[in-house]
Amino acid sequence: MGEDILTTVDWARAQFALTAMYHWIFVPLTLGLSFLVAFFESIYVKTGNEEWKKLTKFWMTLFGINFAIGVATGIILEFEFGTNWSNYSWMVGDIFGAPLAIEGIFAFFIEATFFAVMFFGWHRVSKGFHLFSTWMVAVGSNLSAVWILVANGWMQFPVGMAFNPDKARFEMQNFWEVALSPVAVHKFTHTTSSAFLLASLFVVGISALFLLQERHQKMAKRSMVVAAVFGFIASIFVAVTGDEAAFSVAQRQPMKLAAMEGLYVGEEKASIVALGIINSSKKPGDVQPAFHQALKIPGLLSLLANRDSDSFVPGINDLVFGNVAHKIIGAEQRMVTGKIALAELARYKEAREKGDEAAAVSALALFNQHQGDLGYGYLNNPAEAAPPVATTFYSFHIMVVLGTLFPVIFLLVLYFAFKGTLENQRWLNIACFFSLFLGYVAQQAGWVVAEVGRQPWAIQGLLPVGVATTNIAPGNVQTTFFIFLTLFTALLLAEIRIMMKQIKLGPEA
Amino acid sequence: MIGNLDYSILQQLWWLIASVVGSLFLFLTFVQGGQTLIFTLASNEEEKSLIINAMGRKWELTFTTLVLFGGALFAAFPLFYATSFGGAYWVWMLILFTFILQAVSYEYRKKPDNVLGARTYEIFMCINGSVGILLIGAAVGTFFTGSRFSLNLYNSVTWHTPYHGLEAALNPFNLAFGLFLVFLARVLGAMYLVNHVDHKSLVEKARKATWINLLIALPFLLTILIGLVTMDGFAVEPATGRIFLEKGKYLNNLLGMPAVLFLLLAGLGSVIYGVVVTGFLGKNCGIWFGGLGTVLVGLAIFSLAGYNNTAFYPSLSDLQSSLTIYNASSSKYTLTAMSYVALAVPFVLAYIAYVWKLMDAEKLTLGELAGQDADDMY
Repeated sequence: MGEDILTTVDWARAQFALTAMYHWIFVPLTLGLSFLVAFFESIYVKTGNEEWKKLTKFWMTLFGINFAIGVATGIILEFEFGTNWSNYSWMVGDIFGAPLAIEGIFAFFIEATFFAVMFFGWHRVSKGFHLFSTWMVAVGSNLSAVWILVANGWMQFPVGMAFNPDKARFEMQNFWEVALSPVAVHKFTHTTSSAFLLASLFVVGISALFLLQERHQKMAKRSMVVAAVFGFIASIFVAVTGDEAAFSVAQRQPMKLAAMEGLYVGEEKASIVALGIINSSKKPGDVQPAFHQALKIPGLLSLLANRDSDSFVPGINDLVFGNVAHKIIGAEQRMVTGKIALAELARYKEAREKGDEAAAVSALALFNQHQGDLGYGYLNNPAEAAPPVATTFYSFHIMVVLGTLFPVIFLLVLYFAFKGTLENQRWLNIACFFSLFLGYVAQQAGWVVAEVGRQPWAIQGLLPVGVATTNIAPGNVQTTFFIFLTLFTALLLAEIRIMMKQIKLGPEA
Repeated sequence: MIGNLDYSILQQLWWLIASVVGSLFLFLTFVQGGQTLIFTLASNEEEKSLIINAMGRKWELTFTTLVLFGGALFAAFPLFYATSFGGAYWVWMLILFTFILQAVSYEYRKKPDNVLGARTYEIFMCINGSVGILLIGAAVGTFFTGSRFSLNLYNSVTWHTPYHGLEAALNPFNLAFGLFLVFLARVLGAMYLVNHVDHKSLVEKARKATWINLLIALPFLLTILIGLVTMDGFAVEPATGRIFLEKGKYLNNLLGMPAVLFLLLAGLGSVIYGVVVTGFLGKNCGIWFGGLGTVLVGLAIFSLAGYNNTAFYPSLSDLQSSLTIYNASSSKYTLTAMSYVALAVPFVLAYIAYVWKLMDAEKLTLGELAGQDADDMY
């Protein structure tokens, strides 16, 4: 039974990761391209120049192709919380369900309603109402990101709730604490700005391809200038919000930060690893070196984590085994407390079943004393509290390195555009084209950091993924995993082929 | 003000809200119905394109309403969400699978280099409109026939069949429910075509399709109605929350809640009236009567399942594991907060109606499909 559950969890994680990663191929482009299309159409409406309309419709076509598959993968994600994480759905549905419902009411209907006007309303509504609809699609898309990221932020930093032992679930106590949680705010600002960046890379990359092919040059240069301005602003915003998000992780998910930096032994004046090769055989508590090779910048991690370059940053060992000198309670000790909480919860439920009120009161009092570490009670080994370090470390560093490159690309595009020689910079146009793909790599890497870095928790510190999963034989989830893998891959290939054809046809088609 | 409402009132209110969203979804399945008409109504490529483009301007609304229905159930009745989706795994997965196929099909069908070819995407639409709706109907049928699951002390679900919900489709009542919804969707789809498309031969065929599909749906409707008034149901003792089998429970519910009986009869009458005016009197407004009727019937069905001390998601394996709107709901705080959010729903409905009116002010013609925006068409 234990082995079955473990395997079910593995397949459930694989399926959710597969769906989320496919979903996030399409969604960031939707979030950013919707605004770029709105910019292009606004210029068309203001100038009345039909060339801007052609340009708008070209990018709108690519937006529509991408949007459809984003919607398709999105519905699966929502329902997978129920199908694959049914214990999670019950235990935190009282809090987690609300943002999803609000997303439906406030965001999805805006998108769904105005999407039809955007594509089929050119001759059915006025020019002004059409432009309004295009903007509403952009607003609706980004509003949906607000609520799903509120939900995700709550999983990373659960606030505004309390555990109800009678129902054996967490219940919301303060909606505004959930909705305005600092982690949710950081998630939203960082994620949406990175989506704007990706969409800008997409427009710049495809336009650069046109310049390399000496096709549609006027349209390509116009698109590049608008997208490079948007992309550069977004890049700066990504950097600022990224720094804030990292600070927030340091304060609220120190284990994730330690994994992001491969930091096993906490230190004062902690160094940041600029480049490094992780020793993947290292385990918490052993004496092996953390890196085979590493280039470090002293004090920078302390500065990033605590805004103080002399401060102490805890490592994985400190968080697993505790550090008395720095008053850090490790997972090892928390497991003891957590197991007491679980045992007392079981005793409470049993006493209530039997109608033994005295025993119930006593068990509840003990449970309340220990419930803060409830989630740790489910762990079998303190080292389970650490996420996969190599995956988290490399993903984080890939994201940061690429995030540093993109604003340079945008600046160069703007520089040569204003010099009027953009079409002559073959090397830059090649770099722009390949940056488009690097943008996707950075996006995926960012989510890997966020989600792998918080393992083993479905809800940080409260609910490990192994307990959150559905009680179902692994073969079922394994089968649906391969069905989705085949389907999503086929649809992605179809999408790429369709996109390539539309790009080949170009805006003059 | 909402915060002063009694917890049980909030639970009933949220069952009503979820029922309204679910019933609106049933109306909007005219899109799915229209998708299944591609192969039976269209006799050439032009007619096929007209059907697909007529439905293609509304598919997102249906899709979004389904997502909202799921979201509302998650937020208001998380134990149902966890039990049904986690337990009846395969039914929900297959339903979702058909909706993935639908979402890409409109956008990809006519695009050059779409890999699978236009016909494949048309088959995808048909699968969504038939298998998807059939399984949704079978899943709703289990609100009355029950499912084989049990919950432990921590409300963790164990499903007691290896088919994880697919067994529901083999129950005659559930199957009739599913098939009724499939043909009702086709009736509504045909009515929408009559209302929205300007093409003489296609509209004539659509008019005929309304009453033919209603006739096909009738035996399934009768199976459902006879089943409902004769079957034993899952009742709740209000004081203790104990679940027990009650003879003629749903008939008792109908008689005990005359408003529900009225909704059911008025709804069915409205659908039939919509078909009569569309199929025989040459009117174009039948979709509104059909739509209203579908919403009323949906409300009656959900009310029968959830109100009057009834377990809306009964367990055949362990009666006391059955879900009621009281034991499956969110906390009072969450229901209150969500009720404030729900105040925005009329505003949402208003802008949807306004945009719908704008976009449907002129009928869809072949001229539009071949016009200067031809590349945008599905």
